[in-house]
Amino acid sequence: MTGFLFENAWMIPALPLISILLIGLFATGSNARFAGIIGSVAIGTAFLLTCGLGLAYLSSAEAGASAVTWSIEWLRYQDHLVVSLGTLIDPISLLLLFVVTSVSLLVHVYSIGYMAGDEGYSRYFVFLSLFTFSMLGLVLAPNLLQMYVFWELVGVSSFLLIGFYYTLPEAIAASKKAFIVTRFADLFFLAGILVLGFFVHQWIVDAEWGGVTAAAVQSASAVQALDFATINSEPVLAHLKDQPGVLGLDLLTVAMLLVFIGAAGKSAMFPLHVWLPDAMAGPTPVSALIHAATMVVAGVYLVARLFPGFAASGDALDVVAAVGCITCLFSALIACTQTDIKRVLAFSTLSQIGYMMLALGVASAEHPAGLGAAMFHLFTHAFFKALLFLGAGSVIHAVHSNDVAEMGGLRKKMPLTHATFLIATIAIAGVPPLAGFFSKDEILGAALDGEHHLIFGVGLFVAALTAFYMFRVYILTFLGGHKSDGAAKAHESPPIMTIPLVVLGVMSVCGGWIAVSQFVLPGVELHAHLLVMGLSVAAAVVGIGSAFWLYGGQANRAQTMAESMGGIYRLVQNKFYIDEVYLFVTKMIFRFIAAPAAWFDRHVVDAVMNLSATVVRWVGARLNVLQTGQVQTYGIWMINGTILVLLFLWLVQR
Amino acid sequence: MFPTPTITHWLTLSALLFSIGLYGIFTRRNAVGVLLSIEMTLNSAILNILIFNRFVASDDVDGQVLVLFIVAAAAAEAVVALAIFVSFYRHRHTLDVTQANHICDQGNSAS
Repeated sequence: MTGFLFENAWMIPALPLISILLIGLFATGSNARFAGIIGSVAIGTAFLLTCGLGLAYLSSAEAGASAVTWSIEWLRYQDHLVVSLGTLIDPISLLLLFVVTSVSLLVHVYSIGYMAGDEGYSRYFVFLSLFTFSMLGLVLAPNLLQMYVFWELVGVSSFLLIGFYYTLPEAIAASKKAFIVTRFADLFFLAGILVLGFFVHQWIVDAEWGGVTAAAVQSASAVQALDFATINSEPVLAHLKDQPGVLGLDLLTVAMLLVFIGAAGKSAMFPLHVWLPDAMAGPTPVSALIHAATMVVAGVYLVARLFPGFAASGDALDVVAAVGCITCLFSALIACTQTDIKRVLAFSTLSQIGYMMLALGVASAEHPAGLGAAMFHLFTHAFFKALLFLGAGSVIHAVHSNDVAEMGGLRKKMPLTHATFLIATIAIAGVPPLAGFFSKDEILGAALDGEHHLIFGVGLFVAALTAFYMFRVYILTFLGGHKSDGAAKAHESPPIMTIPLVVLGVMSVCGGWIAVSQFVLPGVELHAHLLVMGLSVAAAVVGIGSAFWLYGGQANRAQTMAESMGGIYRLVQNKFYIDEVYLFVTKMIFRFIAAPAAWFDRHVVDAVMNLSATVVRWVGARLNVLQTGQVQTYGIWMINGTILVLLFLWLVQR
Repeated sequence: MFPTPTITHWLTLSALLFSIGLYGIFTRRNAVGVLLSIEMTLNSAILNILIFNRFVASDDVDGQVLVLFIVAAAAAEAVVALAIFVSFYRHRHTLDVTQANHICDQGNSAS
């Protein structure tokens, strides 16, 4: 039974694929109401399979084992450059499988209620299944190329879902923005894949032709250049580290940085984060699934997958740490000033993913605790952030507005939503014993252990900020009196929407009690820092306290504070004008590169084409007189021609 | 009184017949005239066959049989041509072949 599950792990992504076909082909028109049920059943089965797979793994395999349990040959270029489609089972892929299938299942169920009556009901579920399929394929990928293909597929499904309300211009603009920004980053990812593929392949061939001892290339025929197992193996990394790259960096660092740009694009790291806040134009459950719990952590997953490479490079890992640090600080600051509930959550997501990147960045080959902490935070974050988004969706569904200024006083009207949202808020704020506390604590502990004091300080400050802005949203939304008619008339969502909230609430409470780090990194010791725990709880308390002080009492206290900050407040509220900078840069590109290029195209390239067309037309017009339409004229021409040919033949014959 | 005609005489006759037919094809404006001219060129061709049959292989009758077949085919062809003329006349009320140019780009279609 266990072997069967391992060898058939491909069924997990295959189930959503089948559901795409079923929904897309049959659940249309009057059958559209079955779309949600089909999608939920398919993903539910995938979830059960994942659970079975996880149990089988825990009971049979040794801790930390990693194996490609199923694969078929897909592309054969050369002997050591065969790309296969397969399923890689190891702790982090199992972890991600669990997160993706469980959150996706809950979002599917929730969407049945949330999207009820929408015109694009079955289209929505097709896209959702497409996304789930792609994400599962990405997670299971045993080589970079398969990962890249599914990486692009999740990008496409994200694009489709952000632009789901295609009649709204801002949704279309947001979907294009998301697609272009991530696509731009993926270009670097592809370059990284090519660099790795080329040099690793070269190394394998050299090794096979006698350079390196046989031990280095065990069973050389099975070694494939793009497999994670090959890229992460020590001799390959050592070889790449010795090669000169560009700009004074070694080849390994160059390749890893290229890959990291791709990861940063997908995970919306600074400065490629601009697409994520806009992506909130999509339906809220989509934001919960794609833009909070799963797709945006694909970058973290990628870095974790190639962690030995990053660790061997060192410099690349420092870049990861720096980018994570900047992102988490700067988006936490922005989150404090936003008034759109989904935007606050989007910036919070950015900040938390920055946290994960930071955790990866402080890990090293000797002290990999940060890797486990990042995976742990990924795990817990998926649940409480999905819960926050779904709770926000429930509120938006009831109030018909995204603006916290129009909410307020929903505590009594939506008791279940309120309770679960509060749980998630406490969890993300890092109050023990809820999920966020443990994972955040582990990250801070890893930063301190790695002697990254600055990063530790930033992490602590962000923890306080997180508590502050989340409670700010909570207070504005649920406490006080209602500030609009919509909020006054709000009522609790149907059970199909609240049940997923409750399940996620349970996970947000208990998620931190699961020893994810030990599962990911068996044998790595984690010592509890009482100091870190105390500091992070203190940070959370300070954040929560200041939120209540500013927003709990008279509302004008916050306003006074904002006014006293003046320019700084406006700078933060306008997201540090990053979007404007991009706009400026693209305008410059347009004016100085694109416009001249367009002129050249129109006046030089096209002119040549037009000239040839004009010549042909002119000659044609002159020759047109010969076409009289008179059969007799044509006949005379024919006879004359025949006579000429005969004459010629006669002359030649002589 | 006349000398017995030789192959040269016969072939000259055939060539004349062909040339007259060709001239008719290119100069007649009436479609029926064109058809008659075409028939003349055809007849000159089958006359050639008969001539060679007679002077080259006078013991065989292959050429004569072939000519009979061609005459039959020509009769069928003439029927088709005349049917086209009738149809053409119904549409254009003329049989002037210079008017039959309405698939031409710059044709001066009469009707």
